Amino acid sequence: MLIYALKRGALALLVAFTISLVAFLLLNFATDPASLMAGDEADIADVELIRKQFGFDRPLYVQYFSWLGSVFQGDFGDSLYWRSPVVDLVVRHFPVTLALAGSSILVTILVAIPLGAAAALNPNTLIDRIALSLAVAAQAVPNFWLGVMAIMLLAVTFPIFPVSGAETWWHFVLPAFVLGLSSVPSVMRLTRTGLLEVMASDYIRTARAKGYRGLGLLRRHAMRNALLPVVSILAVQLGEKLGGSLVTESVFAINGLGRLAIESIIGGDVPTVQMLVFIFALTFVLFTFLADLLNAWLDPRIRLG
Amino acid sequence: MAALDTELELVGEDSRHALVRRALQHKGFLFGAAVIAVICAMALLAPLLAPFDYTQQNLGNRLAYPVWAGGSWDHPLGTDHLGRDYLSRLLFGAQISVIVGFSAAVIGCVIGVSLGVLGGFFGGRVDHAVSFLLSCQLAMPTLLLGMAMVFLIGPSVTVVICVIGVLHWNLFLVVTRAATQRVRQLEFVTASKALGADKFSIIWRDVLPNLTSHILVIFTYEVGKAILAEAALSFLGVGIPAPTPSWGLMIAEGKDAMFFQPWLVAIPGFALFLLVIAINLMGDGLRDVTAPEARH
Repeated sequence: MLIYALKRGALALLVAFTISLVAFLLLNFATDPASLMAGDEADIADVELIRKQFGFDRPLYVQYFSWLGSVFQGDFGDSLYWRSPVVDLVVRHFPVTLALAGSSILVTILVAIPLGAAAALNPNTLIDRIALSLAVAAQAVPNFWLGVMAIMLLAVTFPIFPVSGAETWWHFVLPAFVLGLSSVPSVMRLTRTGLLEVMASDYIRTARAKGYRGLGLLRRHAMRNALLPVVSILAVQLGEKLGGSLVTESVFAINGLGRLAIESIIGGDVPTVQMLVFIFALTFVLFTFLADLLNAWLDPRIRLG
Repeated sequence: MAALDTELELVGEDSRHALVRRALQHKGFLFGAAVIAVICAMALLAPLLAPFDYTQQNLGNRLAYPVWAGGSWDHPLGTDHLGRDYLSRLLFGAQISVIVGFSAAVIGCVIGVSLGVLGGFFGGRVDHAVSFLLSCQLAMPTLLLGMAMVFLIGPSVTVVICVIGVLHWNLFLVVTRAATQRVRQLEFVTASKALGADKFSIIWRDVLPNLTSHILVIFTYEVGKAILAEAALSFLGVGIPAPTPSWGLMIAEGKDAMFFQPWLVAIPGFALFLLVIAINLMGDGLRDVTAPEARH
């Protein structure tokens, strides 16, 4: 188990750093950070001065390794736009986004798993068809449009929820629902197929023969196996919520990491964007890594195999 | 093996008729194909159908009502915040969605299929490298990176297409890799090897033709995803530059006037929803028709 965990952990870190390298190269090939910082009005001498001052004149690989070196010391550089350490910015914006991501994944779980289970237990009935149609619709709806429509309907026409902001948990209801709905199709489908497969297995027949029925059968026998793959996909979806926060936070004017990302991009703040790409990738690999461990712990076939 | 048997069966002329027959009986496929045909026709004929130039402003007639809300037939869908005819913008917006969705999916297809076939066919170290690339692509914050790249390179239709294509290819890779692993063990591949064919001609002549139905299904879904990605980028202000009418950009522009004219947001969003749902239903249909056993 320990060796398995170490292997997976090392791979996860390697992935996060490769992505940071790719992001670094893409951002540096795409743009000249010195002239971005100097602005449109600056003359060539000013740009050159900034280039020297911030070390943009060094070869790219030197810049990357110097960035990597400071990252290992916990220093992610200074934001060019807000003129403050990037770490402070991220720490300040992180809790709101975490709350948004957490509450939206809760919405996903509460909608997708019961729906998938209901569909699998009643295959080819009306319930099954409604669940599958809902998945098809949720997959095709543009997330940002759903957010704007939800504001128009449920915050303006019928003022049930606040239009924007993140002051109370009541503010999170609409954004969490909109962001959570985007993960419902994949989680619902996986719950449904997993449970369909499990319900057809021999041990469920045995359990039935021993007199287990209904919820007891589901809870004690069927769900345990059916939900194993769902754990992995929930971790993936939780990681993707960070990316989704760009759109949702922009629609609902929530001041989290997504908003920070958009403002950094538009401000040409390459160090902050670089850091955010790294943080998002790291969070994603961390969640999938934890899901792998959780799966190995839940399922001895992985742990020992 | 059941999956492969049907694939091999499909090569014959008779089974092609069977395919078409099955497609014509599939309601989702028919609905999807019909909606896509209508939207593509809209996109193609936009210059003929549009009553106005999509950039022509008329500040005296801003935010005009659509015809069902008391507006006139001059502007059936009303006008936007600059007095531009909304129907004309919607029609030309269809062009952007269709072009970006299709082209970006082509780029993603080339990248994903090449990697998937290489990993699946050669196995071993090549496959390890390919799965590592896959892990990286999965963990990549595509919207954030895509937004940054489009903004820093400079927004244009071509840049949006390339960025979306380069960042979305994981599904192509996963599916072609698994399918290649199965095809590579079949007898006709062994036969080609025995005849002394070199590896790349085996891939080209024996492996790829057997992957086409899988690739086609994934391609359909990816067109839908690329269309939504373009709309999201344009909505956030770093996609298709104004005044080109992208449906995502139209929603962003309409958002400022949404309290007075909600349909400025509702119409392009519903058009996006309809197009993507049609594409996904067609993808489901293609999957059911070409490999019915893979439905669940």
